[in-house]
Amino acid sequence: MSARPIATTRSAAGMPTARLAVWWIIASEIVIFGGLLGSYIMHRLAHGVWADYAAATNPWIGGFNTFVLLTSSLMAVLGHQAAERGDGPRAAKMLYLTCGGGLLFICVKAYEWTTEISHGMTITANTFWSFYYTAAGIHALHVIAGCIIMLFVAQTAKKNLELHRVEIIGIYWHFVDVVWIFLFPLLYIAK
Amino acid sequence: MSAHEAHGDEFYVKTWAILLVLLLISVLGPLLGHPVLTLITAFGIAVVKAYLVAVRFMHINLTPRFVTYAVATTLVFMLLFFAGTAPDVMKNHGTNWVKPAWIQAEAAYAAEVASGAAGHHGAGGHGEAPHGGEAAPAHH
Repeated sequence: MSARPIATTRSAAGMPTARLAVWWIIASEIVIFGGLLGSYIMHRLAHGVWADYAAATNPWIGGFNTFVLLTSSLMAVLGHQAAERGDGPRAAKMLYLTCGGGLLFICVKAYEWTTEISHGMTITANTFWSFYYTAAGIHALHVIAGCIIMLFVAQTAKKNLELHRVEIIGIYWHFVDVVWIFLFPLLYIAK
Repeated sequence: MSAHEAHGDEFYVKTWAILLVLLLISVLGPLLGHPVLTLITAFGIAVVKAYLVAVRFMHINLTPRFVTYAVATTLVFMLLFFAGTAPDVMKNHGTNWVKPAWIQAEAAYAAEVASGAAGHHGAGGHGEAPHGGEAAPAHH
């Protein structure tokens, strides 16, 4: 009898269960981020003064972080490609590079937040900054969680084991990228 | 494993390059200062970028259709949430509820900015809260 759990191999839903699970997670995440962004949009439209607050955010830093996340997404999908070919070591290398992108994103965010907080733009300054730190903060937590999971996945992928996980963490990472794609214009561009 | 392997690495690199061009446009477009152009370049392009990532990187089109429906349903719920709460948030000038003090303070601040008397307050937005912010009750 195989020790491999049935849940990772059966395909009653027409797709691997792990892939189905990550799509459920994404669906629930859409509700979380969607609610947050929806609230932000309605407040932003209702309070014209928020445009003044938003003017203090730096679109070049936000743009650079978008570049970093898009590039890390490329690395993730190339890792998936490698896993499809059965090339575990290359898949692991791509995941490490993806992780590096996540780390760079967090470092840039830390620099950005330090600058803003030192200028008095704290989470309690007003409702705009509350939304700003909450939305970007929850997103940053997802980046950190993704990086940690990715390191575990890369460890096994390096040994050519459990290569299907490379695709699963990749889908999650792309979603984190998509969330940022919407956060970027909302927080940095619309002024 | 899936139809994913039908594409070579070049396909993904090309998609990434398209995404970067779109990113550049979304950053540069608003610099022209035209509100409609800003909406198109910032948010229109964000939708295109998200679509490209969902289809070409996440391969949502290769999953069973119910996954797309599930994701679309959550988006519909988001719109329902917006439709249900936006009237209360965006139309806060009614007379049948008690408005928190910060809304009145914000209105006064907006009027001050409009009259040009706000000086550096509005331009920098260095955290000068015209109201109590978090201390204010959420009910309107």
